[in-house]
Amino acid sequence: MNAPSSSAAAVGAASTPSLLRRALGHRSFVLGGALTALLLFAALLSLFWTPWSPYEMNLPAKLQAPSVAHWLGTDAFGRDVASLLLVGARNSILVGVIAVGIGLFAGTALGLLAAAKRGWVEELIMRLSDFTFAFPAILSAIMMTAVFGAGIVNSIIAIGIFNVPTFARITRASANALWSREFVLAARACGKGPWSITFDHVLPNILSVLTVQVTIRFAIAILAEAALSYLGLGTQPPQPSWGRMLAEAQSLLFQAPLLAVFPGVAIALAVLGLNLLGDGLRDIMDPRLARKR
Amino acid sequence: MLEVSDLSVQLQTQRGPAFAIRNVSFKLQSGDTLGLVGESGCGKSITAMALMGLLPENAKMTGSVRFDGQELVGKSDAVLRRLRGNRIGMIFQEPMTALNPVHTIGHQVAEPMRLHRGLDADQARRQTIVLLERVGIANAAGRVDAYPHQFSGGQRQRITIAMALACEPDILIADEPTTALDVTIQGQILDLIHDLVLERSMALILISHDLGVIAQNVTRMMVMYGGSVIENGTTQRVFGHKAHPYTRGLFGARPRLGAPAGTRLTTIDGTVPELVDLPLGCAFSDRCTWVQDSCRTTRPQPVVVDVGHTASCLRLDAVMAGDTE
Repeated sequence: MNAPSSSAAAVGAASTPSLLRRALGHRSFVLGGALTALLLFAALLSLFWTPWSPYEMNLPAKLQAPSVAHWLGTDAFGRDVASLLLVGARNSILVGVIAVGIGLFAGTALGLLAAAKRGWVEELIMRLSDFTFAFPAILSAIMMTAVFGAGIVNSIIAIGIFNVPTFARITRASANALWSREFVLAARACGKGPWSITFDHVLPNILSVLTVQVTIRFAIAILAEAALSYLGLGTQPPQPSWGRMLAEAQSLLFQAPLLAVFPGVAIALAVLGLNLLGDGLRDIMDPRLARKR
Repeated sequence: MLEVSDLSVQLQTQRGPAFAIRNVSFKLQSGDTLGLVGESGCGKSITAMALMGLLPENAKMTGSVRFDGQELVGKSDAVLRRLRGNRIGMIFQEPMTALNPVHTIGHQVAEPMRLHRGLDADQARRQTIVLLERVGIANAAGRVDAYPHQFSGGQRQRITIAMALACEPDILIADEPTTALDVTIQGQILDLIHDLVLERSMALILISHDLGVIAQNVTRMMVMYGGSVIENGTTQRVFGHKAHPYTRGLFGARPRLGAPAGTRLTTIDGTVPELVDLPLGCAFSDRCTWVQDSCRTTRPQPVVVDVGHTASCLRLDAVMAGDTE
């Protein structure tokens, strides 16, 4: 090895740990990451173990205060609140993953198509997203569940559809900016076609933007599912859901206020964690932006 | 090999149609080197883009571009794609942005070979290393997997040259290839391009606003103004007997070594007209000191100054007569 290559290796090696160090030094990234990890851990744990069965009612033991046996107490049917929260976390993540997945894939594909084709294709795609945007998300979700029936599947689809135009817009705006970059022109001058440029040059350069958006939309999806379940349109009993736990606790607010506090805190922490993670990711992946703020 | 005749490009702008280039004609054989000179916005780059078929969507191209007898004007993008990067290569002005930051340089240089020649990853990689060595990247085998940010501006321009040459094109178009580089590097890059053109007997179209660059690197030159070619001839002839008032202005505005201390550079009064409001007659008429009424209404046609040297000026006789006074 001679001088130039070892210096190149040094540059390459130096840039990787600096990204990691930047990440670990970023407070909101660390906190958000920890909260998100906790959420994931709770969901994973619930697959193998819960303190009590979340479906088993035990009326004599209803509305107990937190104790050694029931860490967070029991609800109106005597179910263990801690177990309900753990299984509810799984439910929230399931909704988030699928709903954001629908938005990410369909939205990104449409956005990339709009940017690559331009002309009437772009107009059509963007006007359709404007149309979807014109309805408040929760309202269109309520409309959809009213028409197609309440339930977890329909609410996931409703939240997912609402995510499509968001991803389409962000993708198209970022992709348009990239299409005017000189390296895309250079790629075209090499004879590359629009599709290979889209996948080779445009998509890899917008991944960071999409990653940040995924975490933020994930938080919004969790909120939306909680809202739909609270209204009785989302997750149906006996499947535990944070939103429905809130709704059930509402009528008992004066007898057992803690019943509302626990799912409320769980939702707040999950959403906060994902938002902080998204903020942190954005700062880390675009250092220029971080310095400006 | 390349025959351009009456090539015009019309841009649809918000203020109406504008001719970005008007009636440009030239021929190029292998080994020929042609320079395009002029100020920003005179149509140099649009000419290059028109030859590549990479004009913006609001542009309309008329006239004829024949490459090896095949007409390119009006051909679909799919047909032109087979030529781009394969038979015609292009180098851009800004090496810092002409490479994609997320891919290794090896990947980017290999791309045209895999695309046009169907080489597999291994073959393309071997060829890429040879090519990178040829353009002067030291230890190419060790650096082929490095990313663009690990190279300096001059090295990156060498890499974009390697990219343009990957498929051994017949024509190389270099659009201000050294403008963004340090003066110390400019000479090296131009020498490299010059050597490669000789070595592979390519034709070269070199676009520059720098007369020094043109003088040393091409045998024939076209001076452009307002989208038209206003003077055309061998570099030697044009430098020796500049005919058009604009060419003269351009040369007068150039600093020169050895000029007596205190010599002032002349400027050309006024600014380049916007393409939307080009004068009816000669594009330069509003700034020309030789202007007469007919200049504003009649578009001048090329007039032969000498063998292989033309200039488009109605007052050419008067301008040239001034020399002998």
